[in-house]
Amino acid sequence: MSTTTAPAPYRIQGRTGEWEVVIGLEVHAQVASQAKLFSGASTAFGAGPNEHVSLVDAAFPGMLPVINRFCVEQAVRTGLGLRARINLKSRFDRKNYFYPDLPAGYQISQYKDPVVGEGELEVTRDDGSTFKVGIERLHLEQDAGKSLHDQDPNWTYVDLNRAGVALMEIVSRPDLRSPEEAAAYVKTLRQLVRYLGTCDGDMEKGNLRADVNVSVRKPGGPLGARCEIKNVNSMRFIQQAIAYEARRQVEILEDGGSIDQETRLYDPIRGETRSMRSKEEAHDYRYFPDPDLLPLELDPDWVRAIEATLPELPDAKRSRLMRQYGLSAYDATVLVSDPERAAFFETAAKGRDPKLVVNWVSNDLVGRLSGEGKDIADSPIPPEHIGELVQLIEEGVISSKIAKTVFDRMWAGEGAPRAIVDRHGLVQVTDTGLIEAAVERLIAAHPDKAEAVKAKPQAIGWFVGQVMKETGGKANPAAVNDILKAKLGV
Amino acid sequence: MAIDAATVRRVAKLARIAEPEERLEPLAQELSAILDWIEQLDEVDTDGVEPMTSAVAAALPMREDVVTDGQKRDAVLSNAPRQADGFFVVPKVVE
Repeated sequence: MSTTTAPAPYRIQGRTGEWEVVIGLEVHAQVASQAKLFSGASTAFGAGPNEHVSLVDAAFPGMLPVINRFCVEQAVRTGLGLRARINLKSRFDRKNYFYPDLPAGYQISQYKDPVVGEGELEVTRDDGSTFKVGIERLHLEQDAGKSLHDQDPNWTYVDLNRAGVALMEIVSRPDLRSPEEAAAYVKTLRQLVRYLGTCDGDMEKGNLRADVNVSVRKPGGPLGARCEIKNVNSMRFIQQAIAYEARRQVEILEDGGSIDQETRLYDPIRGETRSMRSKEEAHDYRYFPDPDLLPLELDPDWVRAIEATLPELPDAKRSRLMRQYGLSAYDATVLVSDPERAAFFETAAKGRDPKLVVNWVSNDLVGRLSGEGKDIADSPIPPEHIGELVQLIEEGVISSKIAKTVFDRMWAGEGAPRAIVDRHGLVQVTDTGLIEAAVERLIAAHPDKAEAVKAKPQAIGWFVGQVMKETGGKANPAAVNDILKAKLGV
Repeated sequence: MAIDAATVRRVAKLARIAEPEERLEPLAQELSAILDWIEQLDEVDTDGVEPMTSAVAAALPMREDVVTDGQKRDAVLSNAPRQADGFFVVPKVVE
């Protein structure tokens, strides 16, 4: 595996020297299910308040939870994707606390025996280099409802549509050492759940969000007390929150203070974190096994059946693209960022020069698509046509320059590139007689320019331009250069 | 196992149960007595015995991922002391 050069370590400069930041993340990924974890109410986004609520979600007396098999399956699937231990026996606990958007007064979660144990994720940075992050566990739990504090000056409004929706909480080891690494980890994890189809990864809707644990220490020293920044829902905010929080902790420690272990909130408008719950008993959740739910026991055959349906995962696909097509880590990383893009590339690259194909796919096509806010799935050009375009270049039928013109016509819906080339007479002129005639005509018409080239060889560019103009850009550039040099005697 | 008044105060607070100050000491004695009684179970050797969290020897039943419930806002809100525009309305809890 390509664990490549790490960038320079991230350090915070304090008055007393350098500090290192230590980060662990708890990512909450909403399971892409139709119904909730323990009730048959819908998980669909955007309904009117309290429309997707069953009496179970609203914790009416006597209502009993029944677990959604699909949600368990997605947790197992994600665990397998993280190469983690699947616990064939796990159980659900009650996490007790009072808040208006938690009607039962407890959240059903998994405390001592999570469904998924230790695993590992190979994280890819933007430049294609990688590093490993330990996964401590993945467990299933219920989401809470939503409290709206801005509807009325004296009252809080509560919507329970989200209450009871299944979440996978994925807990990393404190293996991350910079805001960039934390963001790269979330990005890689998001890509994994999207490949697996277990979570849609939509951070704007809050379907994937992170609690960020931050502490600082002298490089290599013992771990410091940490603060947890709750519910950060964008890669940018994760980085900003960590940078701010690490700096805040360094200032406190250097002033001789100590860090209180507490929960904080990131305010993206002010760009700062602030204390969220000052209550002294915040962490006394009094977990105990939920008596309404039997232990969750998984059939090993079922786990194996789930494993058999896993797609090729991003890191494996990335390595394969590099190995099979000789792509750079960067090119492979860009392709893998979207499974459809990788599939498009592989179809287009059949029998073609992969490096030429990757440039057409990642630069020309994806560039133009994203300019219009579209994905590769919306491409007006099928992958076979990109392959054919590259073939035309490889065969010398068209130059790279003409290929751009052909591409424009393909984009406009004119069809297959070979047909476009034929229809518009775009075949590259390699007929040296034709080029020679043009060159001779030009030299005769512009003797002064021809003299100038003898004095200053770079001036040949003017002639190249003119020949191209006369041939409508179709002359083979290499042939033009050779003939010009011969005729001008340079 | 002895429980003191401070523990009773803390547990009561966590459970949102209002207990007047003069009840804390008597409650501490009552709870201590209950725990002492239960502690007799410690005499049983449970080494190597898995904790039992259910008396039912059955696996957790599961349901399919199908929407079968919801769309009953009036019923859900029926016991709410206060509601508006389809929301539960509660005293301000912003932190």
